[in-house]
Amino acid sequence: MKRLILTGLMLLTAPVSLLASGGMHLDKADIDLSNKASLQRGFKYYTNYCYGCHSLSLTRYSRIGEDLGIPKDILQSEVIFARDEKGEPVKVGSYMKTAMRKSYGDQAFGKAPPDLSVVARARGSDWIYTYLRSFYLDPSRPFGVNNTAFDNVGMPHVLWELQGWQELKKSEHGEGHGGAGELELAVPGSVSPVEYDQIVRDITNFLTYMAEPVREKRLTTGVFVMLFLFVFFVAAYFLKKEYWKDVH
Amino acid sequence: MNKVLAWVDRRLPIIKPLEEHLTKYYAPKNFNFWYYFGSLAMLVLVIQIVSGIFLTMHYKPDATLAFSSVEYIMREVPGGWFIRYMHSTGASAFFIVVYLHMFRGLIYGSYKTPRELVWIFGMFIYLALMAEAFMGYLLPWGQMSYWGAQVIVNLFGAIPGIGPDLAVWLRGDFVVSDATLNRFFALHVIAVPLALIGLILLHIMALHEVGSNNPDGVEIKKMKDKNGVPLDGIPFHPYYTVKDILGVAVFLIFFFAILFFYPEGGGYFLEHANFVPANPLQTPEHIAPVWYFTPFYTVLRAVPDPFLGVVAMGAAVVILFFLPWIDRNPIKSWRYRSKLHKFSILYFVATFIWLGYLGVQPVTEFNAEMGVRLTEVYFSFFVVMWFSSKKRSAATALITFAVVMGLIVAYDLMRVGSLNPNLVWGSLAIPGIYLVVELLFPIFTNLDAEKEVPQRVTG
Repeated sequence: MKRLILTGLMLLTAPVSLLASGGMHLDKADIDLSNKASLQRGFKYYTNYCYGCHSLSLTRYSRIGEDLGIPKDILQSEVIFARDEKGEPVKVGSYMKTAMRKSYGDQAFGKAPPDLSVVARARGSDWIYTYLRSFYLDPSRPFGVNNTAFDNVGMPHVLWELQGWQELKKSEHGEGHGGAGELELAVPGSVSPVEYDQIVRDITNFLTYMAEPVREKRLTTGVFVMLFLFVFFVAAYFLKKEYWKDVH
Repeated sequence: MNKVLAWVDRRLPIIKPLEEHLTKYYAPKNFNFWYYFGSLAMLVLVIQIVSGIFLTMHYKPDATLAFSSVEYIMREVPGGWFIRYMHSTGASAFFIVVYLHMFRGLIYGSYKTPRELVWIFGMFIYLALMAEAFMGYLLPWGQMSYWGAQVIVNLFGAIPGIGPDLAVWLRGDFVVSDATLNRFFALHVIAVPLALIGLILLHIMALHEVGSNNPDGVEIKKMKDKNGVPLDGIPFHPYYTVKDILGVAVFLIFFFAILFFYPEGGGYFLEHANFVPANPLQTPEHIAPVWYFTPFYTVLRAVPDPFLGVVAMGAAVVILFFLPWIDRNPIKSWRYRSKLHKFSILYFVATFIWLGYLGVQPVTEFNAEMGVRLTEVYFSFFVVMWFSSKKRSAATALITFAVVMGLIVAYDLMRVGSLNPNLVWGSLAIPGIYLVVELLFPIFTNLDAEKEVPQRVTG
């Protein structure tokens, strides 16, 4: 029944979800938020490749550690590269602020790289998954790359070492970007395309978790609340029936 | 215990109001499904007030802090996510419940004599609720919060003469800014809730003075037994309190199903773009208000001139206040009114829902044309309500039809030049069919035949 209602609601709201993606074709991220290993890998890739520019300033290291099952000492030795003003490593209870100052980001990229705490809720998981796989060589851009999911993006292709370089082949009858052309791998990277997709999927999974860390808790709590309400409903039903039996 | 109660009751009215409003308030015994939504609206009000109090303990009404303080509530405040989702889901639930409550009033004629004031206070509650929702929506300080507020406040700027100054006065600045956020916060947590509670008190006091209507539209107070108790009445407590508890159970199943499994409501309850912090320098591609405003937003967009658009949107709300004087038909419930009346109400509801749908869609030529046509139906509904107040002569029917249809076609002739004529003349069927059925069918058919209202309630 619950699933039926949810499906109904989803059908009702399908037009808006399409709208949120700007009508562009997005690849399915196919993530699994209950897969702790994937989330941990995503966290690792994030701190290695993304975190230099993109803060997660609404969350503490320790919270991620608790949620993903990473002990504090490992967080401190393997994940925390940030230093405070005195040069000491920041504590596990610190917020994940990036080392990059906004003024520096503005100078280097035209616009400081945004915080990515809730990006998965703003753009959707499928978008992130598609975006990170859609960089292609474009000499007209300052960093030599463009992106079919985000035209004229100001970000360089940070994961090039892994993925390699793609080229955009204009299709015969399509013009410009936005899915009209085909992306082809021109220079292979250090991992295969299948492995790269998994890496991007892990990062997407992690960012989706990041956008709403309480999600798993919300779903499990919800099941218990529903069970209680069904019992409450049955009690309320018989209470009403008992009182109303003398109303004609 | 009884001694204490008696001691207090001698000094403070306790038992008398309890009797008046609960144990000796006689409600018709034939309330159906549609009568749950009044008490559910009260429940949602309590949810909003309680969750709102806890939110204000952690929320920061400051342009630099507001967005992250909401995420702080979602992440770090124990149970904060639950409180926040209660409030955001509650906002949409409030409108769903209130729209269904109003629909009930519409089909059973609950706005008619002697309940005009009940209806009018109800309409003021609806207005206050819209103000409350609008100002509350600014507080998360996301892109949609910001640009939604910008668009709505700019509407006031379209008023000739005082408009621009009025808009500045409302915002407290030349654009939506920290000053706007602060005053909207004050209005959202103190001023409007106070007004709402006062209005709800008036709504209920006026209702309990005249007594509840029912699906048959029969006045139960006309038939009383020798003790002065209405024959078709039962005490509100315990009968309707236990029945409403059942309603609460069903409502909460839906409410918490959304809250726990679908809190974003597919982007309707929490818009995706609102997870991007407000940026005054970057207008989002597509600004859509939250779903409960969208029918009126479409009316606004259906009129090319900004000021006239605001007038049309305002009129679409204000005209509802006058419903008791527009619809003068003595039969209250649609059960005993004509088939044409039922068709009219269903056509109106479909129009309202479609207007709402168009409000979240981007403007295309087709959508814009539908917006115009549905706006025409929206206002025609009230002409039809007036028309069907009593048996009309064929001449009145023809003249009414000619006037309304004439206005619509005259407007089409004015605007068709720059548009696709097939679309314009094709879509004329939308108000056309409605007006032909409602105004001309009574001449040729007996679809306008009404039924006799029974003396006592049925079922």
